[in-house]
Amino acid sequence: MAFLARRLGFYLITAWVAITVNFFIPRLMPGNPVDLVFDRVRHAISPAALHAFTIAFGIDNKQSLISQYFGYLDQILHGNLGISITFFPTPVSSVIRGGLPWTLFLVGVSTVLSFLFGTLLGMVAAVRRGTWVDALLPVTSFLSAMPYFWMGLLVLTVFAVNLGWFPLSGGYSPTVTPSFTWGFISSALDHAILPAATIVVSSIAGWLLGMRNVMMGTLGEDYVLLAEAKGLPQRRVTFTYAARNAILPNMAAFALSLGFIVSGALLTEVVFSYPGIGYLLFEAVENEDYPLMQGIFLMITLLVLLANLLADVMYAALDPRTREVA
Amino acid sequence: MLTAPEPPGHAAPVETGGALTPATTPAPAGLLLEVRGLCVDYGAGPGAVHAVDQVDLVINRGEALGIAGESGSGKSTLAHAITRLLRPPAEVTRGQVLYHQRGPGTGGPVDVLTLSKSQLRRYRWEQVAVVFQSAMNALNPVIDVRSQLTDALRTHRPSMSRSARRARAAELLDMVGVSGDRLRSFPHELSGGMRQRVMIAMALALGPDLVVMDEPTTALDVVTQRQILEKIEELRAEFGFAYVFITHDLSLLIDTADTIAIMYAGRVVEVAPAKRLYIRPAHPYSRGLLGSFPALTGPRRELTGIPGSPPDLRALPVGCPFAPRCGQAMDICRTSYPPSTSLAPTGEERHLVSCWLSAQSAGSPPSHNVNYRRAEGNR
Repeated sequence: MAFLARRLGFYLITAWVAITVNFFIPRLMPGNPVDLVFDRVRHAISPAALHAFTIAFGIDNKQSLISQYFGYLDQILHGNLGISITFFPTPVSSVIRGGLPWTLFLVGVSTVLSFLFGTLLGMVAAVRRGTWVDALLPVTSFLSAMPYFWMGLLVLTVFAVNLGWFPLSGGYSPTVTPSFTWGFISSALDHAILPAATIVVSSIAGWLLGMRNVMMGTLGEDYVLLAEAKGLPQRRVTFTYAARNAILPNMAAFALSLGFIVSGALLTEVVFSYPGIGYLLFEAVENEDYPLMQGIFLMITLLVLLANLLADVMYAALDPRTREVA
Repeated sequence: MLTAPEPPGHAAPVETGGALTPATTPAPAGLLLEVRGLCVDYGAGPGAVHAVDQVDLVINRGEALGIAGESGSGKSTLAHAITRLLRPPAEVTRGQVLYHQRGPGTGGPVDVLTLSKSQLRRYRWEQVAVVFQSAMNALNPVIDVRSQLTDALRTHRPSMSRSARRARAAELLDMVGVSGDRLRSFPHELSGGMRQRVMIAMALALGPDLVVMDEPTTALDVVTQRQILEKIEELRAEFGFAYVFITHDLSLLIDTADTIAIMYAGRVVEVAPAKRLYIRPAHPYSRGLLGSFPALTGPRRELTGIPGSPPDLRALPVGCPFAPRCGQAMDICRTSYPPSTSLAPTGEERHLVSCWLSAQSAGSPPSHNVNYRRAEGNR
């Protein structure tokens, strides 16, 4: 518990630093969002409305930096991230809320699947080295070395355009409305298969290689030999003795990768025009939508911190050696 | 090749006393394990290294057999071969490891090297347990001591209840002098000596006939070493198991072992009762080993050591591999491997040595086996 409290304190401070940096960076850049909106609506806006925006964006130059900063903190704590320019006048928080479920679903599920399959195959590859399983290594490495957008386009061309098995873009068919009905869910699944498959295929090599290499090391350890000498069932030797130790680094990497679920699939979502956070970020960049970018970055930062905390807790649970008070 | 082992029943006084599991009777004297002509190679083809070469050994019930030799002499490889724990590229190329089951009507000895997977699982730990050199690496760092003590019980004694297994684990720890509250500890929370005690407790969990200890005290300080050795002897007196104690430190064996085997370049060059080896070592290499540590008692003598360095197993000389380092080497030593000569007067003791000095003074004709080197020609 003391361990957890200490880590939590550390991450709270880190989060505060991240939020503060997030506040200052846009203010150090030239130009401001109000001018952007002003340009966008072709100057057809009254000075009074312009002033209202200035206040809404929290960049009221009449206020001191300090009071702007506290105003900003206050807004953040209330979940107010400003107003998006791309989707003007929707608030950033609702734009993000609209994209988040798609990304969490698509990238979350495919990250978990990739980790599970990769780790399992890595275990098999370590135990049965010298058999056909070894062929997995060059094949998966090749797939992960392939430029992702190229693979995405290739897959789209073959399976969506030529064969017509899967839809070409989007998160669900325009003919259904998002709801908890079978029609919508099956449409969403149908749209997710191709992007999810490309994510799994391109990322599985990392899990596989990592697990295989560490597991080959632990298989050579004395405690595995001793477990064998004890006449324990093969299952227990492989899992409780070899894999249980070998999985530690992969597990830590997995916990960290959870933090990047939200940001990690930018290319996927762009190639497949998938309505998630990555796609939003892409649009935000294209439209110089600073409030949206800032909101997404802030969310990514906080999620990465959360994933780090999770990794710490998980590691402490899995490896008794890290529980010691340092 | 060493001559055929002599019949059992004379080597070690078999300790009787309380058996480990209630049902067993005190171990009867007699043959327990016989190693015959065992060869282990690392790799194959002309580049193969013969880590263990034509080794014959006999272990009787309740006997403490010490195996001493320099690094790379094949001691650990031999231990792994006996327990069938060799991993590629190591491979047994010939020989037998005969395990003599207890009691009549069990159908004679079985060759451990030909056991099927399921037979092997039953043989392991139930009959032969092992203790490895580094207890730090031999205990699984992520599961607690109790689970590591009880998992062998769960596998081999499926009828045992969970609470009985736990009670047994506590009893085992108590036996080796570790307090019971250490059951929930993880290996990194224990000291080196405690870890080695836990290893020994683990080895005795099923009441094996034989415990193979591969340098069990090497990583420990001398005081702890002594304590562990005394504990092992005490437990042997109580439970009557035999053990093989492998070490590079011959001085450890003089007091505790019944019989000592000296290994050099993969071969057993001398086997003798411990006291006899100490007083009358026959092989120049054994004399060298004995001369490289001070005696604890008795008159002062000069330490001599052994000149030269351990042989390169990939390029062993023809003849006796020790000849290049031997002060008494003769011409014949450089051409052919010495036959095994028995120096024991009658069947009373076994003292075998593979050295031309003994072979010639004993007048044994160098008949069989001259010029024999397995490495040559027959591959």
